[in-house]
Amino acid sequence: MAKAFQKIYTEITAITKATCSLKAADVGIEELATVNGKLSQVVRIIGDEVTLQVFEGTEGIPTNAEVVFLGKAPSLKVSDQLCGRFFNALGFPIDGGPEVEGREVEIGGPSVNPVRRKQPSELIATGIAGIDLNNTLVSGQKIPFFADPDQPYNQVMANVALRAKADKIILGGMGLTNDDYLYFKNVFSNAGVMEHIVSFVNTTENPPVERLLIPDMALTAAEYFAVEKNEKVLVLLTDMTSYADALAIVSNRMDQIPSKDSMPGSLYSDLAKIYEKAVQFPEGGSITIIAVTTLSGGDITHAIPDNTGYITEGQLFLRRDSDVGKVIVDPFRSLSRLKQLVQGKKTREDHPQVMNAAVRLYADAANAKTKLENGFDLTDYDQRTLDFAKEYSNDILAIDVNIDTTEMLDRTWSLFGKYFKPDEVNIKNALVEKYWR
Amino acid sequence: MTTGKVKGIISNLVTVEADGPVAQNEICYISIGEEKLMAEVLKVNGDSVFVQVFESTRGMKVGNDVEFSGHMLEVTLGPGMLSRNYDGLQNDLDKMEGVFLKRGTYNFPLDREKLWNFKPIAKEGDAVEAASWLGEVEENHQPHKIMVPFVMQGVFTVKSIAKAGQYRIEDTIAVIVDKEGKEHEITMIQKWPVKKAINVHREKPRPFRLLETGIRIIDTANPIVEGGTGFIPGPFGTGKTVLQHSISKQADADIVIMAACGERANEVVEIFVEYPKLDDPHTGRKLMERTIIIANTSNMPVAAREASVYTAMTIAEYYRAMGLKILLMADSTSRWAQALREMSNRMEELPGQDAFPMDLSAIIGAFYSRAGFVYLKNGKTGSITFIGTVSPAGGNLKEPVTEGTKKAARCFYALEQSRADRKRYPAVNPIDSYSKYIEYPEFEEYIKTKIEGDWIGKVNKMKTMLQRGKEVQEQIDILGDDGVPTAYHVTFWKSEVIDYVILQQDAFDPIDCVCPLERQEYMFDIVMDICDREYEFSDFNEVSDYFKKLINVCKQMNYSEFKSEKFEEYRKQVEVILNR
Repeated sequence: MAKAFQKIYTEITAITKATCSLKAADVGIEELATVNGKLSQVVRIIGDEVTLQVFEGTEGIPTNAEVVFLGKAPSLKVSDQLCGRFFNALGFPIDGGPEVEGREVEIGGPSVNPVRRKQPSELIATGIAGIDLNNTLVSGQKIPFFADPDQPYNQVMANVALRAKADKIILGGMGLTNDDYLYFKNVFSNAGVMEHIVSFVNTTENPPVERLLIPDMALTAAEYFAVEKNEKVLVLLTDMTSYADALAIVSNRMDQIPSKDSMPGSLYSDLAKIYEKAVQFPEGGSITIIAVTTLSGGDITHAIPDNTGYITEGQLFLRRDSDVGKVIVDPFRSLSRLKQLVQGKKTREDHPQVMNAAVRLYADAANAKTKLENGFDLTDYDQRTLDFAKEYSNDILAIDVNIDTTEMLDRTWSLFGKYFKPDEVNIKNALVEKYWR
Repeated sequence: MTTGKVKGIISNLVTVEADGPVAQNEICYISIGEEKLMAEVLKVNGDSVFVQVFESTRGMKVGNDVEFSGHMLEVTLGPGMLSRNYDGLQNDLDKMEGVFLKRGTYNFPLDREKLWNFKPIAKEGDAVEAASWLGEVEENHQPHKIMVPFVMQGVFTVKSIAKAGQYRIEDTIAVIVDKEGKEHEITMIQKWPVKKAINVHREKPRPFRLLETGIRIIDTANPIVEGGTGFIPGPFGTGKTVLQHSISKQADADIVIMAACGERANEVVEIFVEYPKLDDPHTGRKLMERTIIIANTSNMPVAAREASVYTAMTIAEYYRAMGLKILLMADSTSRWAQALREMSNRMEELPGQDAFPMDLSAIIGAFYSRAGFVYLKNGKTGSITFIGTVSPAGGNLKEPVTEGTKKAARCFYALEQSRADRKRYPAVNPIDSYSKYIEYPEFEEYIKTKIEGDWIGKVNKMKTMLQRGKEVQEQIDILGDDGVPTAYHVTFWKSEVIDYVILQQDAFDPIDCVCPLERQEYMFDIVMDICDREYEFSDFNEVSDYFKKLINVCKQMNYSEFKSEKFEEYRKQVEVILNR
């Protein structure tokens, strides 16, 4: 990669597992360099001593390795040629195709001026009631699935992506297993939508530190399509826990003091920089981010899901409902913060109240279930909530049900009518009069 | 001026070799090509000056030029700040070009060309000092006082003052003379370093006047006062932002300053979109007219996060000196604390708990103490009510930011996951939350002028009933519905009536979202009447059916216009149920 007349340094003074240092002049912070051909980035400059983070790791790097500075920060060539292609974290094709030609853009670029943002207002329909009915998604939103590693989050995400009617889907895979990588590739090519998809993939076979570049690569491509082509772009990031783990590795090797759960103190800002790229632009383009954060043992107080929850506009939990034997989007713990921008506005007027009433009754069912498990007698009301909950879960919430929002509302009203009296659902009288069946 | 050269860079911490004197917290500018990036001095060690750069340092090199400015981080104070959207360093976001923020661009926060209708207050020959009112202009229908700059020390005599008329902010509107006979020209603007509190009042008594927010769980149960401090801790998803927006929309304040500190950009966009349309419930004018937004969203530079809360507080203090009622909201102070942590970490300081800096609690305390109710030197009053949100890591209230804030703030609105899960909004825990002001005799005296009877006594009674309801519920959970006397169910359901009708409130319902004090008093009386009665039931199923009916009708009252036909109809239905 070295060009003519570039200065080549050959005296490395220090090597750690992830970094190496040398004396060099006229080097910029965050500039790229190669060390014996391995891509690396300047992370620290003290006087004339420059520290490089080597993305692949420093295995086999000798003290006389050739170091060449490239004079630029990590960047991506953007153009329509990105479509249908697969790249690694460094932006090089991994599908055997040719290099992409286009304008070179530095990744991790500036933020959008908040006064230039538009308020998100376009509903993203997924056909899944746990999302559309209870936690409606809006374009320009950022929302993760909080899931245990054994849950089918990648399948649900792929489904959502295909039904969402986006102009472009950008997949950012971090620490993806090879099997999952092939799964996405198959689903997208079987659906015949490959020309709408750009993928940046770092699998478990690739060096972990490299994956730090994936979100910025994916979002730089997303910004190209959203800003320059005014397209609706959906970015899928899976799995952000692998990303955060890589951050922890780097900060540890840079001798930084760890904060909660051995994560770097800057975790919140690091994650926010990525998620806040989700935006509705005034000219019509938008970037929506759907991510996955895997949990360990369902613990959402761990620093990674915790910080994520404070940044994203809600979160979606998957749960197996043992009463009906199906996976549902958990109505209690899931939340879409932007839902009120579209519920009852882009959907039928009764949407917000029906949603709340159903969740409240579902909660009453959970209480009744606890009672039952503790060996207490159930009241008539308790029994009715339990029956309601079962049908609600099976016919509406289950992720294999694919219906539109109006149908979801109608089915919910039918269940209300089947099991409850109007004064038990706590809904405004005007709506009850109009929709009660 | 002192200049210097960059000699080391780690992320946004830069070491500079300076050629002359530098001050702690002094502002400097580092050149990268054409761009000049603003930075603040954090530490000096020998000839190494450690500065934090407020923006991305990408591409910075050793040897880049640095110019020191000779002053600390300052804001420019003057008419024309209302309705503006600033970043954390008081740059006007609307004046910036392009969709993306370009680093190294700074602008003047006010409008230099706008003409203001000036009316003099002081006369020639008057003795004046810092913060004395020289005149006033009208800013968004509110009087904006033109004051002697706060930095001026000692007593001055007014030599001349401009006649009533139209002036620009940089026109001289007065000339004042100090003891040595030196003349000072005064314009409508002045500068002030944000880290220093503006202390130009005569005294700062204990606050006592209720600040009405229209939110029942605050005004009725845990009132905040003009010049009071409060904080809202809560795990994500419990409705911190919704609650904070409700307060800012409805509070009875002259000016509302919102510091969006390290939070989501779309939440700020919501304010940009809604506030220009929404009416101020107290004056009927648009909300945006009384609002200033300081936006440093989570993707904007971390180092400017700390600056953003200080910028907001300084602007609040400026308006307080005019005798106005200010409400300052900061969402979230945890992000500010995290910004401090990131820096302290890079500076390799010894960490305190959870790697936060050791003096975190002191920093929070000092900041909250800048709020307050004051008597100005001219006898008028002004206040800054400060409400901060805290985002405790993992929802654990025993973390350093929550604990540090608990020491400093007098009202505590604990948002609770389990309440939010059950969709009981606002999810403020009615038992753990408190307002210290309700214990102030000054407050008790004041509230008597607003509400007849023993209001505080009744409120305390309600809290006892809630507590009792919770205890009984635990008993029922353990022993089963039929394992306890029916009277237990009555006690529990009475607390549910209070919860559903008083504590819960629908922030998205056009009527229920704001509940004026008069209406709160009315509903509170109805609910307390329900709770004071004795009931006889033959079994526990009857209890829940009966109270559910009552709750349903009372909720319909909350959703109806106050004292409208429908409202009165529901009121009658309540009577009917009670006299069954």
